[in-house]
Amino acid sequence: MMELLKQPWPWYVAGAIIGLTVPALLILGNKHFGISANLRHACAACLPANIKFFKYDWKKEVWNFFFVGGIIIGALLATHFLSSSEPVKVAPGLLSELKAYGIEDHSRLLPRELFSFKSLTTMRGFIMLVGGGFLVGFGARYAGGCTSGHAIMGISDLQVPSLIATASFMAGGFIMANLILPYILSL
Amino acid sequence: MAEVLSKRPTTLANEQTVIDTDYEARALDTMCVNDSHLKHKWYHNLKYAMVGIIFGIAFTKAEIISWFRIQEMFRLQSFHMYGVIGTAIVVGMISVWLIKKYNKKTIYGEKIEFHPKKFNKGQIIGGLIFGLGWAMTGACPGPLFAQIGAGFLVIAVVLLSAIAGTWMYGYFREKLPH
Repeated sequence: MMELLKQPWPWYVAGAIIGLTVPALLILGNKHFGISANLRHACAACLPANIKFFKYDWKKEVWNFFFVGGIIIGALLATHFLSSSEPVKVAPGLLSELKAYGIEDHSRLLPRELFSFKSLTTMRGFIMLVGGGFLVGFGARYAGGCTSGHAIMGISDLQVPSLIATASFMAGGFIMANLILPYILSL
Repeated sequence: MAEVLSKRPTTLANEQTVIDTDYEARALDTMCVNDSHLKHKWYHNLKYAMVGIIFGIAFTKAEIISWFRIQEMFRLQSFHMYGVIGTAIVVGMISVWLIKKYNKKTIYGEKIEFHPKKFNKGQIIGGLIFGLGWAMTGACPGPLFAQIGAGFLVIAVVLLSAIAGTWMYGYFREKLPH
C-alpha cells in the first residue's frame, strides 16, 4: 500500500480529489474554491494603498489563508513521507528539446537549471520567475480568477464566463509554450 | 485595515452603508462574496486547512505542481493534465448539481449560495495574460504554494511577484478595458 502511495498518483485519483474540494468547501462553510483570491487578500491586508479594489474587510476571507496554508503543509508531507527517489518521468520529446537548452535535471518536479536562486540571477531565470509570476498574478485578477476559480469552480457551476476565461488561459499557455518560450529558454 | 476601521461610523444606519460598500469592493471580484453570518472562533478555520492538506498532497503526488507536466500539456505531449482537470470538472459539476438539486445546507445549516458571473473583456485579455505566465512558471497560483511546501524556496519570489502583479492590476483597474 505504502509503495503504491509513493508512486506518482494517476490523473483520475488526483482529479477526483481536486473535484471534491469544490463540495467540501461549500458544505463546510459556503466557501467558493478560488486560490488566486488569496493574492488579492494579501494586497488588501498588507498594502491596500487606498485603492478601492483592495479596500474591503479581508479578515472575512482568512479561511482561504488557512486553505493555502494547508496546501503548503500537504506538499511538505507528500515530499517528505510519500515520495520515491526515482526521477520524474518526462515525455521523450520534451526531454530532448530541453536538453538543447541545457536543461537536463529531472530528478525532481522542477528542473534545477531554471528553478533555483542561482537561476534568478540570470536573464532567463529572472524573466521566467519574476516575469512569469507577475503575469500570473496580473492576469488572474484581470480575468477574475485562476484555474481553480474559473476552470474548476466556475465551470462546475456552468458559468459561461468561466468557460471563456479557461479557453483564454489555454490559448495563452499554448502561445507561450510553443511560440515564445523557446526564445526565452535559449537566452 | 486599521484605517478602514477608524473610518467606520458608529451609528447602525451608517454601519449598514459601510458594509454595503465593503460588499461592493469585494464583489468587484466574483470570487469572494460569500459570507457566513455566524461568528466563529479562529480555530474553526482549521477545517479548511485540513481540506488544503489533502489537496496539497494530491497536487504534489499527481505531479500537477511539476513544470514538466505543464510543458507537456501545452505541447500536447501527455494526457495527464487533461485527465486531471477533466476529472476535477466532472466531479465538481456533479457535486454542484447535487447540492443545488437537494438544496444542501452547510454543516452549520446555512444556505449554500452561488453567484452568476458576468462576462467582461477581462476574462479574455486577463485570461490570455494569465496563460502566458502559467506556461512560463509552470504553475498557477495553487501549485505556487505547493511548490514552496515541496521545498522549492525560490518559488517564494514567484509568489511575491504574482502578488505584485495583482496589486498592479488593482492600481490600474479603472484604466483597463473590461
